[in-house]
Amino acid sequence: MTASMLEVLTGRGPDSAGFAVYGAGADGFTKLTLRGPKDFDFSALAHALQVQVTVRDDHAVISVPVAREAELRQNLAENFPGVAIVAAGSRMELFKGVGLPADVSKRFGLAGMSGSHAIAHTRMATESAVTTQGAHPFSTGPDQCLVHNGSLSNHNDMRRLLMRENMSFETQNDTEVAAGFLSWKLREGAKLDEALTAALDSLDGFYTFVVGTQTGFGVLRDPVACKPAVMAETDDYVAFGSEYRALVDLPGISKAHLFEPEPAKVYFWERAA
Amino acid sequence: MSSALKPAARNEAVLFDLAVDKLRGLNAALAALVPQTNQTSWRVLNPRGEHAVAVGVTVPVEITIDGHVGYYCAGMNDGAVITVEGNAGPGVAENMMSGTVHVRGDASQAAGATAHGGLLIIDGNASARCGISMKGIDIVVKGSVGHMSAFMAQSGNLVILGDAGEALGDSLYEARIFVRGKVASLGADCEEKPMTEGDAALLTGLLKRAGVTAEVAEFKIYGSARTLYHFHVDNAGAY
Repeated sequence: MTASMLEVLTGRGPDSAGFAVYGAGADGFTKLTLRGPKDFDFSALAHALQVQVTVRDDHAVISVPVAREAELRQNLAENFPGVAIVAAGSRMELFKGVGLPADVSKRFGLAGMSGSHAIAHTRMATESAVTTQGAHPFSTGPDQCLVHNGSLSNHNDMRRLLMRENMSFETQNDTEVAAGFLSWKLREGAKLDEALTAALDSLDGFYTFVVGTQTGFGVLRDPVACKPAVMAETDDYVAFGSEYRALVDLPGISKAHLFEPEPAKVYFWERAA
Repeated sequence: MSSALKPAARNEAVLFDLAVDKLRGLNAALAALVPQTNQTSWRVLNPRGEHAVAVGVTVPVEITIDGHVGYYCAGMNDGAVITVEGNAGPGVAENMMSGTVHVRGDASQAAGATAHGGLLIIDGNASARCGISMKGIDIVVKGSVGHMSAFMAQSGNLVILGDAGEALGDSLYEARIFVRGKVASLGADCEEKPMTEGDAALLTGLLKRAGVTAEVAEFKIYGSARTLYHFHVDNAGAY
């Protein structure tokens, strides 16, 4: 379903796209989503590291015992310098790439994935280059990701501030700074809603953010509500889209409660246990 | 004639199914109508949130859209009566010149933006910036409106039966704003005015045209304090 939601927005252009899927996890294991150079041999990597691997185009998900995570991360950094760790978490897998959203979705086989929730994004770059690194979602921490519609005006200042707090950044992208800000707040002990409320004060610019966590997802729009957002709620699901077109294929959409999130209000939905 | 276009028998609506044919075909068919057309009733099926449905119509036909629409529905309307049987995305009836646009559900941001004339009726709520820079349109919202509604509104009337969000009527020119519910805050240079007999008569007429039963006495009227019209030397420091 997320694939069809993403494909509807292919008409917005051939920039880049990405998505995070919260699928099944296994106790005691962490999933690391990796991205390598084109035609990289992930099976050889998995064999060398002695882990299970699922390859999806230039990404691969390895499942590693929690106890070995630190050791494997070091091993990857030392022996596989071309391979980047895109995301980590007990359930989240994260894929992104340059191209038409429909093509990106097909390349990774999004339509065949399943999970409790997922977040997808199509980009029209404003603040940094059209690259895979600059595509959304940005991982903000274990099982956490962020997508953004908008543009931040104080991201350079904020990036410098966060770098002093030992946060690291891969790109000149403004959304990565927002992701870093939330990660930093969470690291300092804030809950997600507190971190989002803090973002209202600290991040300047316009934005509609959607954040994913292991248990659910949150939505925040800037106080002026520059960027569009529409929500659909039914007894079975809650869905978010930048516009209604993305939601039209969802089951029961004609009976869903449709509304626009209020500006400067933190929304969060958690899956019932 | 396109496959999606079902020719109408006498007194029957022309059906256009957007699940079969492209939006461009619909707008082209509507643009090709002459004022004397006999195809005066249209029904658009499966809009599925499409943008720019039934824009730029210049003939007095009736168009009913069977579902939710995306951006700019009924934009630039000049004379048609367009009904949306659902919600409308941003900019519904933007720059309308004349005619009527009726949204049965909610409308997103900037409903009726910059419109010069006609009547826009929204049965549900309208979100932010409803009637932004309106230039003569009449807008009746049966629910509430979001923040910055009637921003820089120049003329026309905005009637709100519910509540208004923050900064209502900011930098207002000569549009009138009637509100029955609460106003979160007024924008710069917007103030409550005494309701004159003329205002009350105008409101009565607007409510009637929108098919609304409501007591005029329950409304307050807001207009421009006109302090921003001219340069004031005391404000020089602000520039």
